[in-house]
Amino acid sequence: MNKVQNNRAWFLILPMLLLVAFSAIVPLMTVVNYSVQDVFDANTRFFTGTEWFEAILNDRSLQAALLRQFAFSFTILAIEVPLGIGIALLMPKRGWQASAVLILITLPLLIPWNVVGSIWQLFTRGDIGLMGVGIRELGYAYNITRNPTDAWATIILMDVWHWTPLIALLCYSGLRSIPDAYYQAARIDRASRWAVFRYIQLPKLTNVLVIGVLLRFMHSFMIYAEPFVLTGGGPGSSTTFLSQSLTTMAIAQQDLGPSAAFSLIYFLIILLVCWVFYTAIMNSQKDNTAQGGA
Amino acid sequence: MEWMVWTLPTAIFFSVIAVILLGMTAWELVSPTVERRGFLPIATTRGDRLFIGLLSAAYIHLATVGFTDLSIWLALGISVLWLLVLMRWG
Amino acid sequence: MTSTVPTTPESVRRQAAETAAKRRRQARPATTRWRRRTLLGVYLVFVLLPIYWLLNLSFQTNSEILGSFSFWPQQFTLGNYIGIFTDSNWYMGYVNSLAYVLMNMLISISVALPAAYAFSRFQFIGDKHLFFWLLTNLMAPPAVFLLPYFQLYYSVGLFDTHIAVALAHCLFNIPLAVWILEGFMSSVPKEVDETAYIDGYSFPAFFVKIFLPMIRSGIGVTLFFLFMFSWVELLLSRTLTATNAQPIASIMTRTSTASGIDWGTLAAAGVLTIVPGIVVVYFVRNHIAKGFALGRT
Repeated sequence: MNKVQNNRAWFLILPMLLLVAFSAIVPLMTVVNYSVQDVFDANTRFFTGTEWFEAILNDRSLQAALLRQFAFSFTILAIEVPLGIGIALLMPKRGWQASAVLILITLPLLIPWNVVGSIWQLFTRGDIGLMGVGIRELGYAYNITRNPTDAWATIILMDVWHWTPLIALLCYSGLRSIPDAYYQAARIDRASRWAVFRYIQLPKLTNVLVIGVLLRFMHSFMIYAEPFVLTGGGPGSSTTFLSQSLTTMAIAQQDLGPSAAFSLIYFLIILLVCWVFYTAIMNSQKDNTAQGGA
Repeated sequence: MEWMVWTLPTAIFFSVIAVILLGMTAWELVSPTVERRGFLPIATTRGDRLFIGLLSAAYIHLATVGFTDLSIWLALGISVLWLLVLMRWG
Repeated sequence: MTSTVPTTPESVRRQAAETAAKRRRQARPATTRWRRRTLLGVYLVFVLLPIYWLLNLSFQTNSEILGSFSFWPQQFTLGNYIGIFTDSNWYMGYVNSLAYVLMNMLISISVALPAAYAFSRFQFIGDKHLFFWLLTNLMAPPAVFLLPYFQLYYSVGLFDTHIAVALAHCLFNIPLAVWILEGFMSSVPKEVDETAYIDGYSFPAFFVKIFLPMIRSGIGVTLFFLFMFSWVELLLSRTLTATNAQPIASIMTRTSTASGIDWGTLAAAGVLTIVPGIVVVYFVRNHIAKGFALGRT
């Protein structure tokens, strides 16, 4: 769409801008202020310069948490994206079944995050959980509070359960926007099922998939409540992710300075990844418009 | 404002950012930017290049502070230089 | 319908498409269809099984939960639910959660509508960068803002109120609303605006009387997302409240006491947190697929 050049549009933006500024810019400035000081209270504080940043960047346990975080994010993306596409292809296109499947699949997305943790805790406990008892009956000593591998597998399974619906619904809406004429043309050409997927469905999906991958990456990068409830970050620190390290530092230990420095580094990582994705989305849209499509 | 625990360096930092943003707006009003391709792999406007410059400046500072013993002023110098290069040829 | 002879090119094409679809349905081997249904069925079982288990445990007494393992409640009891509905500490948690979620939806949608309109219709200085900045707020981990929020709301005297949580959730909900609404608004042709102005509508009149009704499905989907993300959030709502505005999510932590965890109540409370979501998703079921692509398909 050709947009009109009009700087008075700023007035329409203004209310939103003030609100978001209040809840984003002011706190961010405060975080920056915290990060260069050792704050006891508003009157007792010392300027420390870059000390906290140095400490955080060289903190072994935080480096480990960052690596774990990346490992987790890429693992769940590698599982959820193909699975989500598959589910979307299987979902019925019309009729009451389509609505029913849609509602059922959406369910996990609407459960509060800590309840998701509770559900999986109840589901996987060795004494009362269906899955926990089931696996033990099969002869494997499944225990998420002792065995890091079990804990990891369970958290990944939980995340797949929780968020694959988002990818599936995104892809489903992408698929529904493909005109029937495309499929007819493919049939006339006697295209194989794979060719239909590769040359008709996948190109249409890339747009929504980029959004999906972006949202999933960001949300997995700030995952907190689910593993906190399910494993508490344990056993040891094997499932402690960045958000949990940060929350422990900020709330439990009240280390304002270091946690502020940590926040900023965390935020810069997010900012970089977010920008790369955003630029990719914008460029892909630009290419599409250039080719005459949308 | 007391709870925001301002310090002189951070106040200067945010003032500089604010001045840069205002300056960019004024520059934009005087002569609107043209999207172009420099040595960066994507076509960028002035604002894009400023953002890329500031973001990489942040990473340069973090790397200097965290993993070397060099002075932070050196990082600042490199960042400013990089920002100028980016604005001109990026 | 197939017996009538088609007369317009449009109906010829439609009829051809219908017969082709029928032929395709018949030609596709029955095994393929069954394989698709089975695979989808397996996935649905995977989705529903943990929820079923929660439901199952919520109808059992604690002694039954811990004493015997059964696939359905042997001694069906509503005791856990009655316990929640008769204890004001418990049910106020739901009231608090709903209160701040509704406030947040109201605030977010009312500032996001004009902003989204501006982004979808006009070019202005810094529009792209502003939009990106909004998105970064959507991506920012709430944990980063935890400390300053606590200080901020404490210093302005809003700590432990519903409005504090509602405002805090604006951090990610307003950008989300702008993003979704912008997609829906951009799919409305600009000629609509121009015609309305020629007909003598002022901007506010046009916006409320003509434009908003045109994108009402988009607004519905947006409200659904606002509800969803505010309802499921734990970290901020827990940190910004103490007793008066405590959300259900943090009251649930009370089920674990020194004498062990009250599994039955935990399960019942969990089931009750899912119910509002089901109600909301039922209302927007027909638009949700488009909404999930954020209006961009």
